[in-house]
Amino acid sequence: MSSVDTIQEHEATGVSNQKMAMWLFLSSEVVFFAVLISTYLFYKGKFSQGNLSPEELFDIPFTSVSSFILLMSSLTMVLSHNFYEIKNYEKSRIWIFATAFLGILFISGQIYEYTEFIQSGLTISSSIFGTAFYFVTGFHGLHVVIGVILLLTTGSQIGPNKNNRKYGLSIESLALYWHCVDIVWIVIFTVVYLIP
Amino acid sequence: MKTKSKTIYKRPTQKSKFVNLLTTVDHKKIGIMYLYTGFTFFLVGGLEALLIRLHLAQAESTLLSAAEYNSLFTVHGFTMVFLFFMAVNSGFGNYLIPIMIGARDVAFPRMNALSYWIYFFGALFIHSTLFIGTTAPPVGGYLSEESNLFSNAVAGGWFLYQPNAGIQFSPGTATDIGVIGIIFLGVASLISAINLTVTTFNFRAKGLTFMKLPVYVWMTQVVSFLLIFSLPFITIALFTVVFDRQFGGNFYNVAMGGDPILWQHLFWLFGHPEVYILILPVFGIMSEIIPVFSRKPIFGYATLVFAGFAIGFIGFGVWAHHMFSSSIQPLAQAGFGAATMIIAIPTGIKIFNWIATMWFGKRNLNVAMLFSIAFLINFVIGGVSGVLHAVVPSVWQQTDTYFVIGHFHYVLVGGGLFGIFAGIYYWFPHVFGKKLNETIGKVHFWILFLGLHLTFLPQHWLGLQGMVRRTWWYDEGMNIEFWNLISSIGAVTILLGVLVFIFNWIFSKRKGEAAEFDPWDGRTLEWSTPLPPPEYNFYDIPKVKTRDDFWHRKYAVDEENRSVSKGKHDEIKKYTLATTLMDNSHIHLPSNSLFPFITGFGLPFLGWSLIFRGTFMSFVLLSIGILSLLVGIFGWILEPEHE
Repeated sequence: MSSVDTIQEHEATGVSNQKMAMWLFLSSEVVFFAVLISTYLFYKGKFSQGNLSPEELFDIPFTSVSSFILLMSSLTMVLSHNFYEIKNYEKSRIWIFATAFLGILFISGQIYEYTEFIQSGLTISSSIFGTAFYFVTGFHGLHVVIGVILLLTTGSQIGPNKNNRKYGLSIESLALYWHCVDIVWIVIFTVVYLIP
Repeated sequence: MKTKSKTIYKRPTQKSKFVNLLTTVDHKKIGIMYLYTGFTFFLVGGLEALLIRLHLAQAESTLLSAAEYNSLFTVHGFTMVFLFFMAVNSGFGNYLIPIMIGARDVAFPRMNALSYWIYFFGALFIHSTLFIGTTAPPVGGYLSEESNLFSNAVAGGWFLYQPNAGIQFSPGTATDIGVIGIIFLGVASLISAINLTVTTFNFRAKGLTFMKLPVYVWMTQVVSFLLIFSLPFITIALFTVVFDRQFGGNFYNVAMGGDPILWQHLFWLFGHPEVYILILPVFGIMSEIIPVFSRKPIFGYATLVFAGFAIGFIGFGVWAHHMFSSSIQPLAQAGFGAATMIIAIPTGIKIFNWIATMWFGKRNLNVAMLFSIAFLINFVIGGVSGVLHAVVPSVWQQTDTYFVIGHFHYVLVGGGLFGIFAGIYYWFPHVFGKKLNETIGKVHFWILFLGLHLTFLPQHWLGLQGMVRRTWWYDEGMNIEFWNLISSIGAVTILLGVLVFIFNWIFSKRKGEAAEFDPWDGRTLEWSTPLPPPEYNFYDIPKVKTRDDFWHRKYAVDEENRSVSKGKHDEIKKYTLATTLMDNSHIHLPSNSLFPFITGFGLPFLGWSLIFRGTFMSFVLLSIGILSLLVGIFGWILEPEHE
């Protein structure tokens, strides 16, 4: 008889529990964002009723830069995960903090954008466009903020002399979440900002 | 362990009953906690329904004010759907799934505890609408001046149609509490669904391939998928309402270009899969009980499983039949009508499977089986009146009348509740090691059966005569007094039946017939444990060869396909009972944890602080909420893996 019997004898599908749970959670998240964006599209035809139209407000070059920053954070996340896999925890930590930094930059860009828009008179209650815009981008921003918190707390436990996430949220699951949030932004950026 | 020396946290090891209740991560205990909590809310929701029926027993009744009546049916709906039905299904799932697939616990034990505590505090949060909710009478309000527990609670109906449940027509905090409470319950259900899915996929015993799983496991699996894919709809829908009510959004503000039809689509895109979320686990329970008491394997296992999946898929394509009286296109109406007819087919397949299982079986008409057969009868009645909703012009006549009430109570009470009772009579010996009393059980069954038909059958006729649902007042001389009275008498009968059940529960727990091992000559793995099962479920993790593996350990099949006992019953029983005395120190179970409780505890405070924001009180509430979330989550991350 083996020395220790835990609750699980084997993984019947060969996929780790946590990774499968993360995929299931992300599948729910994808539906969440699909519904979120559908809600925006549902009202898109009515935006002219407000006093401020999207075209007047959006600063496409600025948002493109912040989108680029967010997409680059996916690259740094991959690097972090890669170094983690080859047990280079020092570099893994550096890249995970870089990812968090890029996330914070993106959020700062969003805060700047919100301040600009509010000064121009676009608020949640000013028009249906305002409601839908803040609803969609706000929920995405919230996901980025949660992601940044997860990155920082996970990063703080990685390093040459740390326990390096032997249990708890793995780097791989965190990376899956982060990539998902990034990919969703591509859709939101296209639907909200680029398509007239 | 290396981590042990580094951490200041320790996992709770006290075995005092109360501490254990707050910190347990054992799937069986959490399942039982779900059942007890769910049944408490069943009694609450039942009393609310009883008040409604007492009020409607006579014409021009003044027992309740209009405001109280509106709140009562709304809270009744919330309570029964979200707090009773989903919780009891979660309870069955938590208790049964690991033990049916030969596992010792769920995949994420602490997550499991978290989903229970979020549900628990979310339920308390929703009911806080009764005590701290406020409503203001609309302009020219007809509402009664006197206020009591119910007159200030959420009152928009369980589907909270907009803009009626918006800030303009339902001012005050009551509706906000209801809306945010359901968001919490959604989080709990999502966590639970993910957890059970991973458990089903990854924790199956060796040899237990997918097509050997008990049908109950399959049905809860379909439900888990339905939850994962349908909860986002209601979450978004509720957040749009939070946006409108709290932050002045325009989603349902028609003057600013908002469109209330969006709410109906979002709500029913969740709401229709939701009815399958409620009923599919009960289908699973039926598929476990009927074979055991017919002493035959389930007829058409694969069709049963795939019909479950078909119901799950098509369930996402029929939501608009709730909205035929709204402004959707005729083509869409035809499409959704057709889909509604199609979804009756897999349901019919299941009904025939169960009938065929009973056919020529050696039926044992005990209480669990009586409830199962009654389930079939009631569910067919409810199904037939349900498929009528595929006929669009007929829906125009029936919508928002008592016909609809009669229909879905036949499905949910006659189907769902009867199935749950069948499950309780069947698995009670497993949980407590004692059987529920059969004689009292039969009294319970017949009173409930009579009560069900007395209450809900007349409602079909009332509905077709034009009595609208959610009506607080009806004039005398409209020729609907008689059936309303009968319906109310039926409601009291149901109460009697439930009281008999509670008596049976208490009586049998104390003095019931003991059941040590395999009392029903069961088929599935859960009956291969000693009763009640030890904390680790299985001393040896079972190795599975066939479907209904436990049955085939006991019985062989002769040339005419009849089961022949291998004469091993006593041997198996002796060994199984002996394992309870063996040394089990090598079996390591997950350690208890207090942090799921602390995390769940914080959520209602966040909800209240949002609703009462701008006051000092709100600041205090926010601090409590954030503090307990921080302590809960970070304690969770940092606590060692073992005690």
